[in-house]
Amino acid sequence: MTTPRFWREIEQRYRGIGVQCENCSRVYFPPREICPHCRRKSFGRMKEKELSGKGKILTYTKVHEPHPEYKMLTPYIMAIIEMEENVRLTGHLVDIDYEDVKPGMEVEVTMRRLGEESPKGIIYYGYKLVPVK
Amino acid sequence: MRDVAVIGIGETRIGELWDKSLRELGIEAGLKALQDAGVSGDEVGMLYVGNMSAGELINQEHIAPMIADYAGLDDIPAVRIESGGASGGMALAEGYMAVASGIDDIVVVGGAEKMTDVDDVIAKNILSSTADQEWEVVCGATFDSLHAMIAQYHMNKYRTTKEQLAEVIVKNHSNASKNPNAQYPREIPKKLVVNAPMVSDPLGMFDCAPLSDGGAAVVLCAADLVDSYEGKPVKIAGVGHGADHIAVHDRREIGTMKATRIAAEKAYDNAGIKPENIDFAEVHDNYSISEIMAIEDLGFFDKGEGGPATEKGKTALNSEISVNTSGGLKAKGQPVGAVGINQAVEAVIQLRDDAGDRQVEDAQYGMTHNVGGTGASAVVHIFERWSE
Repeated sequence: MTTPRFWREIEQRYRGIGVQCENCSRVYFPPREICPHCRRKSFGRMKEKELSGKGKILTYTKVHEPHPEYKMLTPYIMAIIEMEENVRLTGHLVDIDYEDVKPGMEVEVTMRRLGEESPKGIIYYGYKLVPVK
Repeated sequence: MRDVAVIGIGETRIGELWDKSLRELGIEAGLKALQDAGVSGDEVGMLYVGNMSAGELINQEHIAPMIADYAGLDDIPAVRIESGGASGGMALAEGYMAVASGIDDIVVVGGAEKMTDVDDVIAKNILSSTADQEWEVVCGATFDSLHAMIAQYHMNKYRTTKEQLAEVIVKNHSNASKNPNAQYPREIPKKLVVNAPMVSDPLGMFDCAPLSDGGAAVVLCAADLVDSYEGKPVKIAGVGHGADHIAVHDRREIGTMKATRIAAEKAYDNAGIKPENIDFAEVHDNYSISEIMAIEDLGFFDKGEGGPATEKGKTALNSEISVNTSGGLKAKGQPVGAVGINQAVEAVIQLRDDAGDRQVEDAQYGMTHNVGGTGASAVVHIFERWSE
């Protein structure tokens, strides 16, 4: 991923900024211009919303054939979580053994290193998931 | 709208075809289809080519005119259709609409993908880009792991077992053993599938379809003109498209593929038939779990019954419904953008009674089901035996 492509999304990746539809109150992450439920009624009514970053595991897996940039971390755990705001995201679950992961387990997002542009390029940071202690 | 028939089919062998380029794969399939149909090049109104990612895989965009050019059809307009893994099926739907609407009397729809000119890590990463690159893949997800999470969800909610997933693979290899064009024309024991190295838990090496080279093509003709050509016709009785969110996490019900359900409902409605009328189906088994979900979402079995039905042999050749008689993506092979056309070719072979050892007896209707990405797009076609 190139630097501008990453930089454009820093608000989301560093601070978990989503949006809330003022018409139906549904929350979306990443931000959407249009609420898929309200469509026309949501024009200009999608307001910035910072997520709590807390949620529960919906489903998960242990990855043995990795994304190329995650090679050094293999095997690693990926999970889809449902957050308090009833919005979901996909993330890398860390600081836990696979055997201890259960559906419904409480997790929260944390800021970690995601990768790098190149050995001499910028480092990408973003959210990962950790169990709530 | 008028009725449309397939009057010619052609396909290459599927596999790691080191000696074949993309353009050769496309041309071989296309010329076989034209020959089978008895159609000459100057009768073709348009060429549609399903292809997922030639730009990434072989650094060649604009492939449709290239294939037409080298097929000696340089004056035929040609366009590439892309919808991830559903590219072939979507191209078929475009070709169908061109003929049904009356714009063209005859069109050729091809599909081709050349995946082994890059190594398999790169090819898999390109396949992953049919998911949400920025909000799934950058966060560490792969195409395999997204399907693994779908599988875990399905297993957790419906008690689907890893043994049931393995039965899909054993069956599809058994069917492929009767298909000379298949990449893996051999049976494999269930023990091998269950004990294979993990790719992404619970999916092991044999739960995942290969990434293959291959090409396939069909010639479509207005139904009232089929008597003018040699090719044995099969009717396209229905078509339906479906759609859903690009990211798995945005779909409210992860254990159901909404795009498939919608596409199937429209296709049944279009053809005026019901799931119980379908005799065989080529479904998008890019992973074992995908076939389990497909046979539920296409309406053949209730939700959660896909695993048990497979285990009881209800989807085996000439049982309740014959699923993936060709061997499917798993064993016939997965040249991604060609898959939808490979499926159509199998449907026509079956409805012409040309399938030999894997022939479905007395088949009247066959279905093809093609999925893009992890389920953001799907297209379903229903084929019907030709009646004079």
